[in-house]
Amino acid sequence: MKEKIVELQEKARRLRVAIVKTLHKSQSGHTGGSLSAIDMVCALYFHKMRHNPQEPAWDGRDRFVLSKGHAAPALYVTLAECGYFPSEDLMMLRRLGSHLQGHPDSKGTPGVDVCTGSLGQGLSMANGMALGFKLDGKENRVYAILGDGELQEGQIWEAAMAAAHYKSDNLCALIDANRLQIDGEVAKVMNVASIADKFRAFGWNVIEIDGHDMAQILSALDAAEARKGAPTAIVAATVKGKGVHLFENKASYHGVTPNDDELPEALRCLGELD
Amino acid sequence: MIATRDAYGEALAELGAENENIVALDADLSGSTKTGVFAKKFPARFFNMGIAEANMVGTAAGLASVGKIPFLSTFAIFAAGRAWEQIRQSVAYPKANVKIVATHGGVTVGEDGGSHQSVEDIAIMRAIPNMTVLVPADGEETKGAIRAAAAYKGPVYIRLGRNKVANVFPAGHKFEIGKGCQVADGSDLTFITTGLMTAQALIAAEKLKGEGISARVVHIGCIKPLDKELVLAAARETGAIVTAEEHSVVGGLGGAVAEFLSEECPTLMKRVGVYDRFGTSGKAEELLKYFGLNAETLIDEAKEILKRK
Repeated sequence: MKEKIVELQEKARRLRVAIVKTLHKSQSGHTGGSLSAIDMVCALYFHKMRHNPQEPAWDGRDRFVLSKGHAAPALYVTLAECGYFPSEDLMMLRRLGSHLQGHPDSKGTPGVDVCTGSLGQGLSMANGMALGFKLDGKENRVYAILGDGELQEGQIWEAAMAAAHYKSDNLCALIDANRLQIDGEVAKVMNVASIADKFRAFGWNVIEIDGHDMAQILSALDAAEARKGAPTAIVAATVKGKGVHLFENKASYHGVTPNDDELPEALRCLGELD
Repeated sequence: MIATRDAYGEALAELGAENENIVALDADLSGSTKTGVFAKKFPARFFNMGIAEANMVGTAAGLASVGKIPFLSTFAIFAAGRAWEQIRQSVAYPKANVKIVATHGGVTVGEDGGSHQSVEDIAIMRAIPNMTVLVPADGEETKGAIRAAAAYKGPVYIRLGRNKVANVFPAGHKFEIGKGCQVADGSDLTFITTGLMTAQALIAAEKLKGEGISARVVHIGCIKPLDKELVLAAARETGAIVTAEEHSVVGGLGGAVAEFLSEECPTLMKRVGVYDRFGTSGKAEELLKYFGLNAETLIDEAKEILKRK
């Protein structure tokens, strides 16, 4: 297990490098929230989820919903690393004619199952998938990553209510609680605390972790799967811009990409340059 | 006479027996929308989502993405209005196979008043790419429309009404997405109508015949995609068009026909509908008269437009 964790940590480092390079190339997109979510995306795609990049529509696959769709770069570099599409496609992010849209688009990108990006809608879709699997007696699981700012959307709580009501224990929501949103600190813009208490009050199984600690991520995902009768919310404390000190804990890097001056330092932070 | 919502309840339950992938969702109005008929027969495949329309739409999109054919229902004002952006993002943008069956459209909701009378839904649903918009005239056409929607892969919005409406079509009437239907021939002008206004147009055409005026009646049960061929033929062959719908004149059937003809074949036109105002409480029959949604208005407008011809 220890080897697996080291392997995933190295994978996550490489994915961070890919995020930085992709966003530097595109000069448009969301840096901070991609870097905060990537450890969890990495753990899901390279350890926890059953999926097959050679057969994106494989019936037995678990489903992933990036409800905070602006972290699309985190998803795209992961899908490319898995082999869903060539890594060169990443250099076309957000360009006219590219299948890599600004926010995830199931119509064009292999491995993307739903369209997200308008905040607050992903958990509803994830629960719909979970209900469908239950109806068919299937074992597939559904994972959704949400932002903490995103929890300000009322629809999230409609979905939270419904998932608990229907006992969707095949659903796991991971909250990327990086504490920042576009206008500043979540706590100051519109306080959503306590996230854990809120989900508990809605009837969810809640696990609180450090969202950059791979061992904690893996054990939380296993605990979520083991829990029957209720959906699980993994409330993950994260750092916006994690891994590159230039971007860490800065709301200003929500939707700003690395420029030419920042790129070498960013890559150095990630162990890519001397 | 049967309400289109009752025909829906029947048709959905029938379809449910034929195809186990059909599921239904409602937002605490299953008795009114008639999804309750399905719920009774197939309780495991029915999801009451409570009074939370936005989540209902997203849930349906999720169900569709794992192979289900979800029919979701609530009143038109809450389906199209409350959940418009969810329908746009979670259903239409990914071209999800979700069927939105909105009952209680238009002013015939009656006593509940303007807050509950959707006169904008056709316009706002029609504006969304990938969306198909159906407004059946009667029970028979509703059954056909529900079947056609189930067979079609992609988002469909179907607008139904609360009250019993006159029969326009015979039993077994075949409904085809993208096709209108000429229900009466005529040469002086054409009534292009949808929903319950088609029955009114037939009454108006019959009365006008007695006065020597030959009115064609074209029913448009599918607002989008519009049957352009049928509309164009009516414009070219009769030279005057009166549209009618239980909806705002902004952006609905009248809007669709006007947009199309103004570019393809500018034609004398008059739109009968609700003129940029909200509904109000009253009995359905009173409201139809109050808003001029009846054969009398159509007769008056036919005579007026012929003066301009």
